[in-house]
Formats: sequence, structure tokens, C-alpha cells
Amino acid sequence: MSKEIDAIKDPGLPEHVLRRADTDPIAARKAERQVATLFTLSSLGTITLIGAYFFIPQDVFIFFPVLGSTNAHQLFLGLGLAASVFFIGMGAIHWAKTLMPDEEVVIQRHEFRSPDEDRAEFVKTAKEGAAAAGLGRRSLIKRSLGLSLGLAGLSPLVLLRDLGPTPGDSLSKTSWKAGTRLVTDPGDRPIKASDLEVGAVAQTLPELAKGEKRTLPNIARDAVLLIRLRPEEFNLNAERLSWTHEGIIAFSKICSHMGCAVALYEQQTKHLLCPCHQSTFDVTRAAKVIFGPAARPLPQLAVTVDSEGYLVAQSPFTEPIGPSFWGRLK
Amino acid sequence: MTARERIAGSVANYVDERTGAAAWMKKNLNKVFPDHWSFLLGEIALYSFVILLLSGTFLTFWFDPSQREVIYDGTYAPLQGIHMSAAYASSLDISFEVRGGLLMRQIHHWSALIFMAAIVVHLMRVYFTGAFRKPREFNWIIGIGLLTLGIVEGFLGYSLPDDLLSGTGIRIAEAIMQAIPVVGSYISFFAFGGAFPGEAFIPRIYIVHVLILPGIFLALITVHLMLVWYQKHTQYPGPGRTEKNVVGYPLLPVYMAKAGGFFFIVFGVTAFLGAVASINPIWLYGPYTPAQVSAGSQPDWYMGWLDGLVRMAPPIETIFFGYTISWNILLPGLIIPGILFTGMALYPFIESWITGDKREHHLLDRPRNAPNRTALGVMSLTFMIIALINGGNDIFATTFDLTINQIMWFSRISIFILPPIAFVITKRLCLSLQRADRELVLHGRETGRLVMMPHGEFVEVHEPISPEKAWILTQHEQQPALALEENDASGVRRPGVLKNKLRARMSKAHAVSIPKATAADLKEIEHH
Repeated sequence: MSKEIDAIKDPGLPEHVLRRADTDPIAARKAERQVATLFTLSSLGTITLIGAYFFIPQDVFIFFPVLGSTNAHQLFLGLGLAASVFFIGMGAIHWAKTLMPDEEVVIQRHEFRSPDEDRAEFVKTAKEGAAAAGLGRRSLIKRSLGLSLGLAGLSPLVLLRDLGPTPGDSLSKTSWKAGTRLVTDPGDRPIKASDLEVGAVAQTLPELAKGEKRTLPNIARDAVLLIRLRPEEFNLNAERLSWTHEGIIAFSKICSHMGCAVALYEQQTKHLLCPCHQSTFDVTRAAKVIFGPAARPLPQLAVTVDSEGYLVAQSPFTEPIGPSFWGRLK
Repeated sequence: MTARERIAGSVANYVDERTGAAAWMKKNLNKVFPDHWSFLLGEIALYSFVILLLSGTFLTFWFDPSQREVIYDGTYAPLQGIHMSAAYASSLDISFEVRGGLLMRQIHHWSALIFMAAIVVHLMRVYFTGAFRKPREFNWIIGIGLLTLGIVEGFLGYSLPDDLLSGTGIRIAEAIMQAIPVVGSYISFFAFGGAFPGEAFIPRIYIVHVLILPGIFLALITVHLMLVWYQKHTQYPGPGRTEKNVVGYPLLPVYMAKAGGFFFIVFGVTAFLGAVASINPIWLYGPYTPAQVSAGSQPDWYMGWLDGLVRMAPPIETIFFGYTISWNILLPGLIIPGILFTGMALYPFIESWITGDKREHHLLDRPRNAPNRTALGVMSLTFMIIALINGGNDIFATTFDLTINQIMWFSRISIFILPPIAFVITKRLCLSLQRADRELVLHGRETGRLVMMPHGEFVEVHEPISPEKAWILTQHEQQPALALEENDASGVRRPGVLKNKLRARMSKAHAVSIPKATAADLKEIEHH
């Protein structure tokens, strides 16, 4: 307690200091003119906006230092709007700071806690209400009400059931089948092994049957990346090696981490990199993860050539492509 | 009585006779608001929200929230003839054909960034000054809710144009849904109306973005402001300012002019940014297709830390009775953010449990006088900044000529090491500042004037500081640590020993301080 007695004293609110505009009518008139000037600048801004809207065509570009070549319509529209609102604010604040009273006012706080008698009264009323309803005594009503409220809460869940179909096995399937030709994306042209030079990469999709339409959900599952290396560069087991054709190896382009397109290929290191989270896959070792957050290699698509020499899938993917999900291995 | 007064009088009379508003208005027009620049941060958030409503409404008049495929035939030549969604095509039309459309898009996006930045800085102000303490815990929780919803709302907003960048963001959100154990793939299929990307998602998030979330925002902001109004604003310590009063400017006219004026200034600055600083040039990205992505893909800044955590996560996936659990997604995408935001929401209760302080607080703390709290805040910020840096690791790598691997390993290691170091340094810094305050009160300000004493010694002249300053430096109370005895009065061990031990230790750490200068200390010095 002694500490509090020892405390340095609160000197109280400092005395109010008058501003120049409070005592000097000339200074006050000057402040008034300044406020009026700021408001006028706002009006000029609005006029700029109207002028830009109606009289500057949308395809005129002008050079501005720092900004470079800029669309004049957009620039003056924006500058006009900015000035139009900004100077209203500046004027109002300058007005408040120079001409409105700047003496600080003190008000008292009150305690939030209700007075004891109010609290007692409230408890009494609440208890009486509960007693009058008889909720405590009539347990049959209480339980059945609880049940019905709980059940009623389920109905929105039921009503939202048709938001979408259940996934079924569709996350595990792609359009690739044994013998499906790989075609270029874009262009939809079948590819011969000789079309790809060593070191080349091609973005491909499965060939469409006549009358079939390419949809985004299909692309999101079917996109495949073809890469051609020299066969001796591979470091694969016999099975995976048999999935390649003359150094051409194919992987799902959909990242096994979060489904982005694994779009960056580094020719020198033979690494595939996903630009979203930098998972890095080694092409020579069947897209083994060598860096980043991905936990699995990119699924490899077994390829070969058909009788006409076009690249085809030997079989469908042997595992689900894309990001993991609970039932991926089921 | 002038004619104007007569008209105003009769209007007021008409309204009051029907609502009894005069009594309420009389009380509230005299409301006092303390003045401080840091109290404007929350206002910036509020005004940005208003700007978002205005500019967003403009955009809805032309935006077509549909994933139906169209062929672009607008004025932007590089994309003519390309297949794209109606959402993307209409975003291009807003950018190139609607006069003022691009400006409004840019204002909308800039104000979203400013909205989130203002919320975060406002939250930091409230945290570091202890403004969340009783009776303002409700407002703290509402604020955390607004921050969380703001992140979601921002993400949905920049997803709507359906360009290549935003589609990639949606793809990642879908992967997070899919990773949820047991029900993940169902949640994804229900959200997307089938397999990703489908045609249902943009229309669905559109209604969430323009109606459901803004509605919730409006309700929460209203409650937030009503509580500020009713509980009266906190104030910084100073001469004449106590726990029992509020010192500041009355609502009418000064505060109204300043706050109203500030809205226009925030609007003006946002419009200026929209005019001169290009943001999210969607026409350069092209329409979304799942088979493509551009290098350097970045979310907006308030999602960056989340992306950074995902990037640095270890590549761990476990198989549990044949079912797959993707820790590399769940941990950074759901579990850590969940812990962070829950911890943040509960912090006022944790602190009051540690200190045992159940009193109302209306005077703000100077951050140095709550070293433990300040250190914890800086520690959390350090964590977030490392995550944010890693979220831009590809940009940092190209800008500073580093490899992504270097930045990633730096982040992976430092996210564990740097936050505790930041805690220790901040705490010590706070205590040093307290020591400096004590020195200043006791020995005064260094004047830089040297005086030679008669015996040849040089001393620097110290000038006593003003009583106002001395008061500010010593007004805070220094609470001792809780005395939690292991045994009760009769020597029996209390229940919950471990809990008590933990609480006692934390309370001790929280109460560490340099004794503030007292009048007695001053007197003693004067005698020397």
C-alpha cells in the first residue's frame, strides 16, 4: 500500500492553449479560406472525372514519368475521383482542426455491472418464467422438445444433399485406357515418337472419341506431360522402364500435392517443378519427390506406340492422380 | 427564430413525438472520443468496408457469375476467339468496355488489401496496448471473427474472375477440402457440384461473396461499433486521464468532422492507388484451365502466410488402415491456422487467468509495461512473417538471386528458432525501456550541455522532466505475481497442483518488471 502513497502525483489535465485562429480574426479568416480552397479542389476533381468519362476515349495511351505508358481514360477518371473525395476529407479535417472548438472534454464512465437489486429482480423473473413454463417438472416435454429441435436441425443438411453427387470412384479414374492416343494440347494432334526430340516436353491429353467434348473436369484429371530423355539417362526399375518408349516417359501433370499443373521443367537437371508450392520431382527416377511438400511421386502413365506409330497409353493409370484423399488406396 | 430553425424544429418535433429520439440523441451527441492516431486504424478498416460495398455493388451490375463456356469477342485483341467462362469474359468487359470499370475493379481490390491490412494493424494496436481486457473481451472475439471472415471473403473475391491465377487458388482450396479425413472428397463434391472445377462453384461463391458474408460482416461490425459506443473508448494514459473518465472531443462537431473527413481521405487514397497502381491484371493471366499455371503464382498478402506454411510443410502422408491422411496439407492448411486463431480468440481469458486480474481496464498499457504480452505478440508476428516470406519464396529467390531451396530451408528451420529468440529479445528490450523510464524520471533528461566543475571534472547537465511526462512514465500499476500456495492453510495439498504450478510460473513470468520510480525515490535523490 505504501507504494501507492509514494506514487508520483497526477498533475491533472494540462491547461488549454488557444490557437491563433481562436484569438486572431485574420488567422481565422485565413483558415476559412484554406478550407474553402480544399473544397474547391474537390469540385475540380469531380469536373476532371466527368471530363475524362465523356471526352477521353478508352484507347488513348499517354506516357507518364514513373507510371510509364498509361491509359489516359482510366488515369484521369481515377485521379479525378481521388481528388473529388480526398479534398472533401482534407477540408473537413482542416476545418475541425483550425476552427471548431479544440478544448478537450471530460465525461465520466459508469460501471457496466447492473445494480444488485436489478440482478436479483432479473434472476427472480427468469426463475418465475421457467417455473411457469414448468420445464423443470415436465421432463416428457423437455425431452421430446430436445429431440425435435435436434432433428429439425438435421433438415438443412438433408435439403442441401443435392449440392453435388457423391464422389464414388470418380476421383480414382481418368479417361486413359489401354490404346488411348496421346494428342497435343492445344491442337488435338496425335504424336509420333519422332515428333519429340531428346530434351523436349509436350503437354498432352487423351484423344477424344467422335462427338465427345473436352470438359475442364476431364482436363483436370487427364493432363499428361511427355518428356523425352536419352534412354540411358533413366534410373528406373525394369517395370517402369517398360512403361517408357524410346526414352519417352509420361507423367500426370496434376501435382500429387495440391493439384496444380506441374508446369516447369528444367532441362539440365531433368527436374519437374510445381510453381505453386515448389515440390520438385526427378524425371529420371520416375518423378520421385526430391524437394518440397509433395509426399508422392507423380503417377506415371505407361506409353508405347500403336501400329501407325502414334504414341498411346499401354494401360490406364495404376493409381489415382492428383492430391490425396481419405479413400485414395481403397 | 429564423425560417431555417422553424423547419428544423418542426421536423425534429415530428420525429421525436413518434420515436422519443431526443432523449437518446441528447445523451449521445455529447459522447466523447479520445484522440490518438492509432485509434484511426480501426476506422480505416471500417471505411474500406464501405468502399468495398460501394465499388463491389458497381461491379455486380456487369459481372456474370457463370462458368458457362463462351468465346471472347471483346476489344482486348490477344484473347479474341479464346474459349473462356462467362465470369472471366465479363471481368474482361468490365476492365475494357465499361467506362470506369477497370478503375472500380482496382479500387475494389486495393480496398480489400487495405481492409485486411487495417484489420491486422488494428488488432496489433488492441493487443499491444491491452485494450482487449475486461470489459472488451466480446469485441476482441468479434474482431477475430471479422479477421477470419475477411480472409475467406478476400479469397472468394479474387477467385471470382476465374482467370488462370484465381483458378489455381481454387484448385488448392479444393485440395485442402479433399484432404479432410473421412468426408473430404464428399465436401469437395458437394462444394463443386461434382468433380473439380465443374460449373457450380463460381455462382455459389458469388452469392457467398456478395450477400452472405457481407451480411454477416455488417451485423458483426454493427455490434462491434455499438459495443465501442456503449462501453466508451479506451484512452492512453496521461495527465488527468483515469480509469473512471474519458478525455477527448465531443461527437458534435469535432469528432464527426474528423471521422467523416477521414472516410473521404481513405476513399481518396484508395481511388488514387486504383488510378495509378495496376493490380491483378487478369487479362495477362488468361482463362483458367487445370492443365496450366504461371510461374510466380502468388495469393493476396493475407493468404500468403498460409501458402508459406503449406510450402514449408514436411512431405508426410500416413496410411491408417488403408486410408490416407495428408499431414503435409492438414497440418499447415487447417491444424496450425486453427490453433493460431483459437489461441488468439482465447488470449484475453488466458491472460486474465494468469494474472488473476478481473477488474475493468479503460486506460491502455504502454507495451513496454507488459513485457510478457508484448514479447508473445512479437513472437507470433515473427512466426507469421517467416511464413509470409516463405509464401513468396519464388519471388524472393528471383529478386535476391537465391535458390528456392535455400529460402525453404531457412524458413523450415527459423520458424522454430526465431520466434522464441524474438520473445526473449523483446522481453529484455521492454525491461530495458522500463529501466530507461525510471532513469528519466529520477535523473531527468540529458541536455547535451557540458559543465566544467571547479575541480576540473566535466559533467553533463540533466534537466528534470515535466510533471506530465513523469506521470505518464509512472502511472502504470505493477501487479505482483499471484501467490498460489501448493498447500492450503491447514497444510493439505490443494487439488490441481500441476495446474496451479503452471499458473504460478506463468504469473511470475508475466509480473517481471523494473520497479517504477516513486516520489520517495525522487526525494531520496534530491537529498544527495
